Amino acid sequence: MQTKNLMSFAGKRGNQIRSDCYFEIELTKSGGIDLDIKSKVLSLYGDSIKEQVLEMCNYFGLKNAKILLEDSGALPFILAARFELAVRRLNKNLDKEFLPEFNKNNLYRTSKDKIRRSRLYLPGNEPKFFLNAGLHQPDGIILDLEDSVAHTEKDAAQLLVRNALRKVDFYGSERMVRINQLPRGLEDLKFIVPHNVHVILIPKCESREQVIEVEAEINRIKKEYNISSDIFLMPIIESALGIIRAYEIATASNNVCALTIGLEDYTADIGTQRTLEGKESFFARSMIVNAAKAAGVQAIDTVFSDVGDMEGLRNSVLEARSLGFEGKGCIHPRQIPIVHEGFAPTIDEVDKAKRIVDAFKEAEAKGLGVVSIGSKMVDAPVVKRAIRILELSEGKK
Amino acid sequence: MKLIVNEAGRFVPEKVNGVKQVPFKGVNKFKPRGNKAKPAIRSCADYPSNGNKLVKNLREALMRSGLKDGMTISTHHHLRNGDVITNILFDTIHEMGVKNIRWFPSASFPVHEYLIKYLEDGTIHHIEGSMNGPLGKYTTEGKMKGVGVLRSHGGRYQAVQDGEVHIDIAVIAAPTADNFGNANGVNGKSSSGLIGFSLVDSEYADNVIVVTDNLVSFPCVPWQIQGNNVDYVVKVETLGDASKIVSGTTEVTKSPDRLLIAEYVAQFIDEAGIMKNGFSFQAGSGGTNLAFVLYLKERMKAKGIKARFVRGGSTKYLVQLLEEGLTDYILDGQTFDLEGVRSMRENPNHVNTSPFTSYNFHGKGNFASIVDVAVLGATEVDVNYNANVVSHSDGYLLHGIGGWQNCLYSKCTILAVPSFRDRIPVIIDEVTTLCGPGELIDVIITERGIAINPLRKDLIKAMKNTQLPIKSIRKIRDEVEEICGAPNKPRLNKNKVVAVIKWVDGTLIDSVFQIK
Repeated sequence: MQTKNLMSFAGKRGNQIRSDCYFEIELTKSGGIDLDIKSKVLSLYGDSIKEQVLEMCNYFGLKNAKILLEDSGALPFILAARFELAVRRLNKNLDKEFLPEFNKNNLYRTSKDKIRRSRLYLPGNEPKFFLNAGLHQPDGIILDLEDSVAHTEKDAAQLLVRNALRKVDFYGSERMVRINQLPRGLEDLKFIVPHNVHVILIPKCESREQVIEVEAEINRIKKEYNISSDIFLMPIIESALGIIRAYEIATASNNVCALTIGLEDYTADIGTQRTLEGKESFFARSMIVNAAKAAGVQAIDTVFSDVGDMEGLRNSVLEARSLGFEGKGCIHPRQIPIVHEGFAPTIDEVDKAKRIVDAFKEAEAKGLGVVSIGSKMVDAPVVKRAIRILELSEGKK
Repeated sequence: MKLIVNEAGRFVPEKVNGVKQVPFKGVNKFKPRGNKAKPAIRSCADYPSNGNKLVKNLREALMRSGLKDGMTISTHHHLRNGDVITNILFDTIHEMGVKNIRWFPSASFPVHEYLIKYLEDGTIHHIEGSMNGPLGKYTTEGKMKGVGVLRSHGGRYQAVQDGEVHIDIAVIAAPTADNFGNANGVNGKSSSGLIGFSLVDSEYADNVIVVTDNLVSFPCVPWQIQGNNVDYVVKVETLGDASKIVSGTTEVTKSPDRLLIAEYVAQFIDEAGIMKNGFSFQAGSGGTNLAFVLYLKERMKAKGIKARFVRGGSTKYLVQLLEEGLTDYILDGQTFDLEGVRSMRENPNHVNTSPFTSYNFHGKGNFASIVDVAVLGATEVDVNYNANVVSHSDGYLLHGIGGWQNCLYSKCTILAVPSFRDRIPVIIDEVTTLCGPGELIDVIITERGIAINPLRKDLIKAMKNTQLPIKSIRKIRDEVEEICGAPNKPRLNKNKVVAVIKWVDGTLIDSVFQIK
């Protein structure tokens, strides 16, 4: 009796799919690579697609296989992620990665006190949303591996997010990834830490140990890849226990740059439901603000989930700001300008920033190493932040 | 087929379907002299004195019109994708055993895929109008017997007026008509808003047949088509599928990138100083175009600015501008949704226009060049600001020209396009098919940046201090190529022209070649 050939599938197919593709690989005993390409862009890119697939076959040592590709206009880094996934699904122990060339525009760094008014969540397995996200100029872009990714596609999102970190131009936005809830999230780290991720969001964070665990794994990978740049952490607190421990979470590591909150899970955890008014989460949100400020990190509010209601969003941002939050999550790019408007610096903030920047310029002119206002010394990051506030007040994005 | 190089550097045939052609000479360079085409003299004594021109059916009307092989039959496209009457028309012609018809529609829609069988069996020889979707594919694969001719809405009027196209029989689907032949598009179950695209047909065709599914007693007012030009009237059960004639509602795009482009467009029009009291603009029906109207409206309201007129295709969003007093008039060429139809019916400031007034090269002036700013789309734009609107980068014909070429004459022409679609680059080195010369295209607005034609020093100066991402078009091209990779050129049979693109003056601006 003949044994069945090993087969695997990866990606997405169908008329509704855009900027993505679907691979089927069937390992055969002989006959070399039999490649069948169906593509919306065949006449424009058929040759380069074929070349890319054969290169990847060669890289992964695939000698005999029937390969079907249904391409709906996937860019090369997407094709690569889908193909690698199909190969991985055939061979769980694969120890090779097919990495797209690093986009030279993606080499920039971040800092702990960077302004984080808006952060745009993008589902990690929907590449079509990645391509232009940075053009909308959020302060941060979050490639999500957690709730927006189906359980069966977690492996797909890991590869796609890795390739996106390397290839997609983030246009200066802070590069963030939300990993899965621990312990699974620890597995995600090796796909993102080596690729200049700036901030890692830890979902459903409930203890300082979890922060330390994530940081230890990050440090291990950084050492392995000889990475020296900072990677900051943003714990998302989504439970009653987490809220109670907010301060110890915020102070678990010097790399924690902000605390944020997830209200869907939190309200479920305390046995209630989210309302527009938000009385049920007032305590928790105030706790986040208080703990964050006590720890000297930023307090960032949850997302506003009705993308059609811009007026509601505007009010929600003003309310968040009045509670002490410094930023808000976004789930649609059109929310970004409204969030930025809501968190625009006040006249007082601008005045204060002006004084700091003036003092800095004066110190510079006098050749002094230390900037001070009155008797108070001003640290370099504070000056940097003041400069940024002035830029924001002048309407620079 | 002998090809020559025209003034735009493109290869065009010397003859098309046996008729000698004039190659493109440059914008406003070709101005033929002589007299316009003349319709035949008719006498009212030859028509029923009681005014009743009703005949039994379409077949009888065609018979009485003297239908025979090789004739030119025209139709309009106001029924859009809901049109069934054109398909029935060709069923009838086929049953009558007539062959080699030149079909001269003002545009075709996917619903006309049905007619491929009549292109196959020789009932239709070729199409002069637009070849969309399936008909475009059929044409580009070299299957049509004759060479397709694509014209703008204005170019269609021009072609009839300078005698390039003589219409033997015009079949005008009319949502409402009387038995004298007066007709309009604003009333009736198949209402389309207006039927101005068939105005030229009614004036110049040898025989004019009005087909209606809503026959009213004389007089049918308003008479967008005058019964005095009509030979026969036919009553049918239905003209088409009302839900596809105009959409119930037109929705603004939800695509964040398109919205970003739309916002850039509004900001550009504002900051360039175009948005001022008494200004005018043209807005089309695409999702980006609808959205730009909304953003512009916010800016107009904030600054207390009012437009003198807006040119449609109208939608509910233009109607809102009119009803909220943000424009004095809508000058409408075609109506895209039910709100547009209602407004046209009820509001005297919502004015119906025809391609004659709006676009015709042989008019004594045209509206298009009075408009302050036109926001249009394109399938491709190249680094010399030349643009394509009929084919995609794979070489296949996909869209008609519509009023696009004519609107390029506006004082500021903005093409609002994504820099790439899926993996298909829109900003490229050289357009696959040239439809609009770069000298008429002023600004390209994409999600990655805005390029101003170097010829427009005034606009460059006006935008000197803007926060908008102004870039060179080559920079945008480079960014797109970095993302998508450099595409192959389509494999074309350069010996076989399957269709030609007319410029607004009737000259040949480019050719469409068979796909290998």
